[in-house]
Amino acid sequence: MVKFLLEKDTWQEVIDSLSKNKLRSILTMVGVWWGILLLIALLGSAKGIENNFNARFKNYATNSLFIFSGRTSIPFKGYQEGRRIKLNLNDVERIKENISGVEYVVPSIQVQMTLSRNTLTSNFTGRGEFPLLDILAKKDLVWGRNINQQDVDEQKKVIVISDDFYKQLFEKGENPIGKMVKSEKVSFKVIGVFEAVNFGGPQIDFDIPFTTAQQLYNRGNDVDLMMITGNPSFEINQIDADIKLLLKNIHGIHPDDNRALNGFNLGDRFEQLTGFLIGMQFLTWFVGIATLIAGVFAIGGILLISVKERTKEIGVRRALGATPYLIKRQIIVESVSISLISGVLGIISGGLILMLVNKLAAQGEDAFMRNPSVSNGMVLLALIIITVLGTLIGLIPATKATNVKPIDALREE
Amino acid sequence: MLEIKELHKSYPIGDSSLHVLKGINLSVKQGEMVAIMGSSGSGKSTLLNIIGMLDQADSGEYILDGLLIKNLTEKKAALYRNKFLGFIFQSFNLINYKNALENVALPLYYQGMKRKDRQELAMFHLEKVGLVDWAHHLPKELSGGQNQRVAIARALAANPKLLLADEPTGALDMNTSYEIMEFIQQLNDEGKTILMVTHEDDIAHMCKRIVRLRDGVIMEDSKIDQVRAKKNV
Repeated sequence: MVKFLLEKDTWQEVIDSLSKNKLRSILTMVGVWWGILLLIALLGSAKGIENNFNARFKNYATNSLFIFSGRTSIPFKGYQEGRRIKLNLNDVERIKENISGVEYVVPSIQVQMTLSRNTLTSNFTGRGEFPLLDILAKKDLVWGRNINQQDVDEQKKVIVISDDFYKQLFEKGENPIGKMVKSEKVSFKVIGVFEAVNFGGPQIDFDIPFTTAQQLYNRGNDVDLMMITGNPSFEINQIDADIKLLLKNIHGIHPDDNRALNGFNLGDRFEQLTGFLIGMQFLTWFVGIATLIAGVFAIGGILLISVKERTKEIGVRRALGATPYLIKRQIIVESVSISLISGVLGIISGGLILMLVNKLAAQGEDAFMRNPSVSNGMVLLALIIITVLGTLIGLIPATKATNVKPIDALREE
Repeated sequence: MLEIKELHKSYPIGDSSLHVLKGINLSVKQGEMVAIMGSSGSGKSTLLNIIGMLDQADSGEYILDGLLIKNLTEKKAALYRNKFLGFIFQSFNLINYKNALENVALPLYYQGMKRKDRQELAMFHLEKVGLVDWAHHLPKELSGGQNQRVAIARALAANPKLLLADEPTGALDMNTSYEIMEFIQQLNDEGKTILMVTHEDDIAHMCKRIVRLRDGVIMEDSKIDQVRAKKNV
C-alpha cells in the first residue's frame, strides 16, 4: 500500500480523473474546504476569547468575592430606605471570626486624588490597600515593588502607580522609581509601576498604604471594599451568602434587601465564563464537524456520479485485468485526495483568517480576543477526521463501481 | 488451446428464462483464426463473453490452455484476463483522457510492471501498428482506424495467448476495415490465436474457419480458404 502511494502512476490516475472534469472537482472541494475553514476559524476565535478571559483572570484568586456597600432599598427596624451603609474594620474582624471557610479578608479604601508632577496634573482613582491584596488580585509590575507591610505599619507616603498614570505624568522611558508626585496635601514617593487592568468599575490607577489613606482622609475605621477569599474546600457561594447575612445583621438591613450590599463573586463569574467557553467550543466542533461531514458527503455524491459516468471505462479497465481491489483502491485514493487537498487548503485559509482576526480584533488592552490560534494537535485531529471520513465515504462509490459486472459495465453506453 | 464442452447459458427474463447457449462444443487449436457468425440473438456475443471470462456459463466445461475456467472470483478472472486474453472491441473502448501510449500501457500497469519498462513495451507495440508518431495523441485526435490500431496494440501489450475481437470492424468503413483485418491476419501469421465475432461475410472469409451459430447451437463449423485482406485494399 505504501509503495502504491509513492508511485507516480497512482497520482497520475488521480490527476487524470480529477482534471477530466475540473469544475466539478473544484466545486466538490469547496464543501470540505469550507467546513475545515469554519472549524479552524471558529476554534481559533474561541481559543482567542478563552485566552483573553484567562489573561484577564489569571491574576485573580477565582474562589474570591468582592463586597462593597450601597444604600438600603427596604425600610427596616425604624430606618428609612435609602440609608447609606458604611462597612468598617470591625466588620472585617467579625467576618474572620464568624464565617467558616474564609481564608483572607482584605479591606481597602477608595481614594480620589489630583496628582501632579512638574507642570503636569491629573485626576486619579486609587485605593489604600494592604500588601495581602496582591495575593488575591495580583498586579503585574513593570517597575519597582508593591506596597509592603512596613509601608502600612509606618504610614509611609509611598505610591505604586499604573502604567496609564505613568504615561500621563512621566516622560517616555523615564525611570519613575524614587521620583515624587504631589497631591493636594502631601507628596508621595513612587516605588513601583503596575500594568492597569480594567476589570469592571473604575480603573484603579494607584495604590497607597491603607493606613496612609486612612490618616490622610480621616476615614477612621471605614472600609469601602472588601475582597474575600474562601478556603478551596468551601463553596464560595455559601461563604458569600453567610457574609451577607452577617453584615445585614450587624448593620440592621432587611434580609431581603439586595441593594444595601453590593459585590460580585469571581468564582461565580468564572464558572459562568468557563461554562460559556466550553459551550462555545462544543458549538464550534459541532458546526465544524457537521459542515465537514456535509462536505465529505458531497464528495461521496460527486464520486458516485463520476463512477456512474465512468462505468464503461471501469468495465474496460476490468477487461484489461484490473482487479476489483485495484479499482476500489483508486477510487478511495481519489476520495481521500480531494478531501485532504481541500482540507489542507481549508486549514491554510482558516489560519489566514485567524491572522486577520488577530490583526483586526485582538490588539490592545480592551481587545475582545487574544492570540486566536489553533493548536497543532487540533490541526492533526482535523486532518485525521478528514482522512477517515474521506476513506469511509469513498467506500460507497468504490463498492458501487465494482458491484457492476464487467460485462454489464461494458454494455453501458 | 481452447476446449469447450456442452456449454449452457440462460438469462432470467422476468419469471421465465431465455436459453441463449444450448450446449456448445468448440475446440480451437493454437494458431487458428476463427470467425463466429450468426444473426443477433444467436448467442455469439454471449459465447465470446464467456470465453473472455466476462461472463460465466451455467454448465459445461471451458478449458483454456489446459486450465479449467470455473467459478472464478472476480480477482482471479481479472488476473486471467490480463494474462491470457487480449480484447478488441467494436467501439475501441480506449480511455479518452489517456493518450495512445498510456492506453496501450494500461494492461501492463495492471500487471504491476514498472513505468519505464511499460512505456518501452507499449512503444514497441505502437510501432508494430505503425503509430509511433501518434503515441502522445488522445483518442479524439485519431481516426477510427488509428484508434482501432491503438486498441489492437493494447490487446497485444500483455502478450496474450488468445485475442478476442468483438466486431472489430463494425464501426469502420470498408477500406479501414480491410486495413485492420490485414493487421489481424498478420498477427495470426505470427502465430496468435484469434477468435472474432462478426456478422459480415467478407470479414468472416478473411479468417481460416467459420463457426455459424443459430438459436444457441452451432449450425456449421467449417475450415475455409482464407481471403487475404491485402489484395482487396
